[in-house]
Amino acid sequence: MILNARLRSRGCALLLALTAICALLLPLGGARAQDISAPLAQLATDNYNDTEAALGALALSGSPAAAGIVAALADGKLVFSTSPRQVFLKTDAGLVDPVTQQAVASPPPVKPVRVNNRIRRAVEAAMGALSLVSPDPAKRLDAAVAVARSRDEAALPALEAALAKETDARVKSALTLARASIVMGKAGISDAERIAAIQTVGAEGNQDALAILRSVPADASPAVKEAAAGAIAGIERNLAMWGIAQNVWYGLSLGSVLLLAAIGLAITFGVMGVINMAHGEMVMLGAYTTFVVQEVIRTSWPGLFDASLLIAIPLAFLFTGLIGVLIERTVIRFLYGRALETLLATWGISLILQQAIRTIFGPTNREVGAPSWMSGSFDIGLMSITYGRLWIIIFATLVFAALLAVLRLTRIGLEMRAVTQNRRMAASMGIRTNWVDAMTFGLGSGIAGIAGVALSQIDNVSPNLGQSYIIDSFLVVVFGGVGNLWGTLVGAMSLGVANKLLEPYAGAVLGKIALLVIVILFIQKRPRGLFALKGRAIEA
Amino acid sequence: MSDRTAMSAHDTKPPALLTTSGRIFLAILVAAAVLVPALNLLTSPDAFLHVPTYVVSLLGKYLCYALLALSVDLIWGYVGILSLGHGAFFALGGYAMGMYLMRQIGTRGVYGDPVLPDFMVFLNWKQLPWFWHGFDLFPFAALMVLLAPGILALVFGWFAFRSRVTGVYLSIITQAMTFALLLAFFRNDMGFGGNNGLTDFKDILGFNIQSDGTRAVLFALSALALAGGYVICRYLVRSHFGKVLIAIRDAEARVRFTGYRAENYKLVAFVVSAMLAGVAGALYVPQVGIINPSEFSPANSIEIIVWVAVGGRGTLVGAALGAVLVNYAKTYFTSGMLAPYWLFMLGGLFVAVTLFLPKGIVGTFYDWRARRTEARQVAPEAESLPPAGEPKPAE
Amino acid sequence: MLNLFSHAGRVAGRAVVGAAALALAGAAVPAQAQETIKVGVLHSLSGTMAISETTLKDTVLFMIDQQNAAGGVLGKKLTPVVVDPASNWPLFAEKARELLAKEKVAVVFGCWTSVSRKSVLPVFKELNGLLFYPVQYEGEESERNVFYTGAAPNQQAIPAVDYLMANEGVKRWVLAGTDYVYPRTTNKILEAYLKAKGVPAEDIMINYTPFGHSDWQTIVADIKKFGSAGKKTAVVSTINGDANVPFYKELGNQGIKATDIPVVAFSVGEEELAGIDTKPLVGHLAAWNYFQSVDVPENAEFIKKWRAFIKNDKRVTNDPMEATVIGFNMWVEAVEKAGTTDPDAVIDALIGVSVPNLSGGYSTMMPNHHITKPVLIGEIKDDGQFDIVEQTPGLIVAQEWSPYLEGSKDLIADWRSPLKCGNFNVKTGKCGGAGN
Repeated sequence: MILNARLRSRGCALLLALTAICALLLPLGGARAQDISAPLAQLATDNYNDTEAALGALALSGSPAAAGIVAALADGKLVFSTSPRQVFLKTDAGLVDPVTQQAVASPPPVKPVRVNNRIRRAVEAAMGALSLVSPDPAKRLDAAVAVARSRDEAALPALEAALAKETDARVKSALTLARASIVMGKAGISDAERIAAIQTVGAEGNQDALAILRSVPADASPAVKEAAAGAIAGIERNLAMWGIAQNVWYGLSLGSVLLLAAIGLAITFGVMGVINMAHGEMVMLGAYTTFVVQEVIRTSWPGLFDASLLIAIPLAFLFTGLIGVLIERTVIRFLYGRALETLLATWGISLILQQAIRTIFGPTNREVGAPSWMSGSFDIGLMSITYGRLWIIIFATLVFAALLAVLRLTRIGLEMRAVTQNRRMAASMGIRTNWVDAMTFGLGSGIAGIAGVALSQIDNVSPNLGQSYIIDSFLVVVFGGVGNLWGTLVGAMSLGVANKLLEPYAGAVLGKIALLVIVILFIQKRPRGLFALKGRAIEA
Repeated sequence: MSDRTAMSAHDTKPPALLTTSGRIFLAILVAAAVLVPALNLLTSPDAFLHVPTYVVSLLGKYLCYALLALSVDLIWGYVGILSLGHGAFFALGGYAMGMYLMRQIGTRGVYGDPVLPDFMVFLNWKQLPWFWHGFDLFPFAALMVLLAPGILALVFGWFAFRSRVTGVYLSIITQAMTFALLLAFFRNDMGFGGNNGLTDFKDILGFNIQSDGTRAVLFALSALALAGGYVICRYLVRSHFGKVLIAIRDAEARVRFTGYRAENYKLVAFVVSAMLAGVAGALYVPQVGIINPSEFSPANSIEIIVWVAVGGRGTLVGAALGAVLVNYAKTYFTSGMLAPYWLFMLGGLFVAVTLFLPKGIVGTFYDWRARRTEARQVAPEAESLPPAGEPKPAE
Repeated sequence: MLNLFSHAGRVAGRAVVGAAALALAGAAVPAQAQETIKVGVLHSLSGTMAISETTLKDTVLFMIDQQNAAGGVLGKKLTPVVVDPASNWPLFAEKARELLAKEKVAVVFGCWTSVSRKSVLPVFKELNGLLFYPVQYEGEESERNVFYTGAAPNQQAIPAVDYLMANEGVKRWVLAGTDYVYPRTTNKILEAYLKAKGVPAEDIMINYTPFGHSDWQTIVADIKKFGSAGKKTAVVSTINGDANVPFYKELGNQGIKATDIPVVAFSVGEEELAGIDTKPLVGHLAAWNYFQSVDVPENAEFIKKWRAFIKNDKRVTNDPMEATVIGFNMWVEAVEKAGTTDPDAVIDALIGVSVPNLSGGYSTMMPNHHITKPVLIGEIKDDGQFDIVEQTPGLIVAQEWSPYLEGSKDLIADWRSPLKCGNFNVKTGKCGGAGN
């Protein structure tokens, strides 16, 4: 039963692919009038088996309209009506007949032909094979990869034909790989040819190649097996090395998230000695700001969606910064010199903010979409780098640099540093410490808000968002050393990388526990963190 | 921090073990230990004075929290150690008791396995992990209630105090400690029942854990434990030892220079406090019927601090009072129409107390009383405004 | 009441006079004297679980509203008693006790997580209350006072795996879950099931992550690696609530499409998807007993009324909501049948009660206190809804004790006379697990 279904779907994909290729490679010119009304009628259904069968029949028909119909199916643009049982293509101009391309005068009520993974795969394979001869090299490349992955022996003739005509070097190597991977598993092939194929595949050196090499048929000759084993060992060495690089990358990416979450805290904590337990909620408010911005954009200016994050960043900064100043002016300023009481008050504030958001937006997660420039990934060697994570790293670096610049180059930054080093002395020099405190708190909160914009891309936008980062943020700040931004940077990155290097060995949970224990022990060695400020002024 | 303790530092002869408020507190506890069970067991359900069983177990729970708050007040109020991980000691004591209770289930578990608790059976464990041995004996379990939190506190404190980790750094690493334990106990592979924890207890020392009689006894024990905990803490803080603790709180460096090994004093107080928390946990579990890793969550530990702050830090009685009040508020606000808004109430309470009652309820009351009797006292007001350059207490 | 005595007598250790007397006293009070019938609602409205449970509170209020509009039950109006256990497990026990002992509610609808159910269980047994539990769970339980209207593992997990084997030709399996009892148990069952189906051990990868896990880079990369071994691979996800969004986001980022490695989830429904951009997820699967997209008139009617009640015409519905609705209707019918809200009478009357579910059929309360359910497999669509790709032809009876687990394969539950036992061992012929 299982086998059957699989064969059926695979067989269908092959048929489809082959026919489609034939349709394009052979001179057609309306050699015979194909009647595809039967498969078209069969497509007018909610039943996947019928759809699949119809696809097969359609592909076999060799009709020039078939490719268009298959593409429409993949895009969800193929619709059908039940009475009469008929399919149409949905275009901007309305419904059209799939064969004649004539607009339908009075369209009946329709719904889309449903597509599931099985149909999607069949369509994909067919489209892949079709694209092997596409004029666009990028499409050809994708097609070659798709064929290599599907390893359909039936695609071999088409592949070889395409290979003969290929001029683009990258596509050519991909096609060669695809051919080699098919040849390797093919029955009745000579040892020499198989070993050559193994070498081609082995030279690729990546995970896909490994998968192909592992599937050398059990009945292969010892020489073939030996060649495969050698190639596998080589690839595994290669992969192990890249694996470490990949883990370091993951670590840096996690570290940049920690940095974003912690850096605002480092400021409020460092300058004011305030343990702001509501810091996580500032991050959450930033994320909700992003959500609101996207909602407004979605309803009013859909074209701006890709810029939504850029718009959200200043808004989140201003909004959370204002809330921060508000909190400072109404609560925290009465509590200076009593850092532990501020811990309690801010904890209370964090509860209120959480429940407020829960009341306003509801307790469920809110959807924050990713702009197109943050989706997808690319490869460096065998490392896969996702754009989202890359942007977050870049973003964290920018925020860090900007903050550093504010502290170094602006007057308020100078005053903040003065207050950090010695509050009383700074006050005697005429610095309005009150104002500096309010601005500092606003700045710290604003940066938390910006962090929220970034975190909305990788985490839940829910009232609980902040809670999950607060402990890690404190650890980063304490580990790095209070009152030193560089300490926070090093702290975040080393905790991130250590976490990701531990995770493959210890698992996610034990890795995290081990890290916590390491931090606890580390604090015993350096009770003031990595980058401790020197001097007795800090003894508070 | 509190004027009362400050006063005692000025007196030449040691203060009495029990102050007036202390006597009232103990009297209330002893009376509750007798009256509540009596009114529950001996009056008919319709009687005016009848205390329903659910109130008994609720009050018992509050008293356990009060003991926990007391233990935190001992180190926060008198030594200046702000532990954001005290829930860990409470939970460890609770787990020790829970493990005993699990072993008492015997063949009455759903799978009827005579040795293995249910969660081990369905995870296909074949034998009892080594650390579960001995917990079928009550004396061993009772010992572990004290030792498990005590040893953790000893090891942790020994490291932390010796290397002079203080203030916020200490607070954050105590939080890291309880967070690490939270993650560890969540793991099913640890053998503590994972997220579901330990539950479905049947009896304790042969008495049915659900019977009114057992509940009444547990309540009385909780009241007495709280009373005992109070006396121990009072005894500690009024002794010479306690004075050194207060001195450490107010100026650790000076105490060091005077020749005291401050870390040893802190360590002893920390361990005693952890053990008290463990006892609170052990009494809590049979009354609540479940122990689960969420007790380790950092948020719970912060809540304990809040109880102490509300009641009044450094007053002992205040800590207990704060725990009862806040938890009563929680019970009250989580029912009826107010249910969705109780977090507003709780959050607002914390802000209000820190802003308007910085010394907590009891601390403010003492202040008021002190002002009234000012004429007869040497005013020890030097403390309310710490002189410049002097390290602020406890930060 | 005699009932309880004889029952407690056989289940060793329960026959303690105090508890029974209390239950007797408690049972004497309710119903008759009152004008209204109180219905307890025990769902977290704050804290981490509010995200899922708030909807169920609204569902119960909606059902009560509907029932009152239709004349109430036994001629009396229903009044809800809502409490907030705040995602805090000991508070669940306290609130359950408050509902039963102080408010004297006739029935309680509540709990989501297993630990919250475990926490209130002793209270319901002691005070002889009645709890309807509406969430899919790990099974391995059947209690006299609890009625389970969510799915047991065989009503969700096993049909989903069957579907993947038959329709996607999956040969290699990643069982990824949050480290708590439901994923642990479900994965144990699935592992045994897959091995029984001839899947070798090296083709099964099991992975556990903590609650709220948010950095999925390493694990998704591992899955990708595991899936590139040349055999069709699928992920069976028992990842819990909050951790799902970052998990799916990472899947999308690393370019794992449903056509490469499909993910079938047991804890992801319409509510959870409402918080995700589902375009990259199209084709990933979920197995439930109900989807909002079920195309039958009963469901359309329900959604219409629900949206009118909640005053939000975009509000989604999900499986635990349907389970709550079924449970509520079953309780109403059983109370009408028994003519009283007395828990003992209602508990007996409930077995065999059959009410319409929202997927066009009927669900029946079985003697094991679980209900019969159809199993639906859905693929995620780009609008956050599910496209139902498979529905079991008949209804599936819950296996509360899994035959694939060592400890429970000999156990059955039957709460009818004369057995009246939740863990009867068919080997030893005794009630109470191993029966010794």
